[in-house]
Amino acid sequence: MVLLTRKIEFSASHLYHNPNLSAEENRRIFGKCNNPHGHGHNYTLEVTVAGEPDPVTGMVLDLKELKEILEREVMQRMDHRHLNYEVPELAGQIPTCENIARIIWKLLEPKIKQGRLHRVRLYESPDLFADCYRNGANGAGKG
Amino acid sequence: MSGDLKIELGRRYRFAASHRLHTPQLSEEENCRVFGKCNNPHGHGHNYIVEVSLSGEVDPATGMIANLADLDTFVEQQVLEELDHKSLNEDVAAFREKVPTTENLCIEIFRRLKHFPHAKLERIRIQETGNNSFEYAGEDQEGNRS
Repeated sequence: MVLLTRKIEFSASHLYHNPNLSAEENRRIFGKCNNPHGHGHNYTLEVTVAGEPDPVTGMVLDLKELKEILEREVMQRMDHRHLNYEVPELAGQIPTCENIARIIWKLLEPKIKQGRLHRVRLYESPDLFADCYRNGANGAGKG
Repeated sequence: MSGDLKIELGRRYRFAASHRLHTPQLSEEENCRVFGKCNNPHGHGHNYIVEVSLSGEVDPATGMIANLADLDTFVEQQVLEELDHKSLNEDVAAFREKVPTTENLCIEIFRRLKHFPHAKLERIRIQETGNNSFEYAGEDQEGNRS
């Protein structure tokens, strides 16, 4: 099996606010991420696909095709958008790294026809990221 | 976790420390041969980057595996306060007996963070320099990696 990773970057705004909690609780739990007008990040997304190289093309899947899938499913939905208000898949969820990574997994998995989606890693900043795996197929150095 | 999906949270921390690779179990010549310039008597330093990976349920109320403020405070208290701008050999009890390689540093930091109360510690990855990195994911009772 070979792993192939493609990276893209997008910029988006968000804020953390749970309407079921009081203003004080929101402030206590989410801190400055609760500021009412939101803030933004340059997100970096790494998408890893696992598979066997095709004997004719030598490719797990055509990177052009993966690039088009990422453009359609992620860039057009999220780039230069407000994640709370403009991305229906995140409606009713706090747009944390964890939740965005999971949504991106769900958007991408059915679109990848050659190989299979192995990992989605979403960086909110160089020091904070979330990974999404299929259960049992995770982790560096793990089966 | 969402059904059959597993989510991990990764957070990076930085600290600077000095160390010297030397063991009293070897002669001066052997230390020099095994550890090379890392055996220079007055030590040297690195800017370490520690990557902490956690797993757990994503709380639907917060969207989080663990609150970053809780994690940051825990790592600050358990790791950074004791290691940042220190000599690993002289200032950290664990390295009185063990050579402060980054392999051993991974194990020591894993030991310090595995009791984080709000999520499961999956692994520690440390970048000693831009070219060297090390990972440790704990061991079960038989000594196998979990």
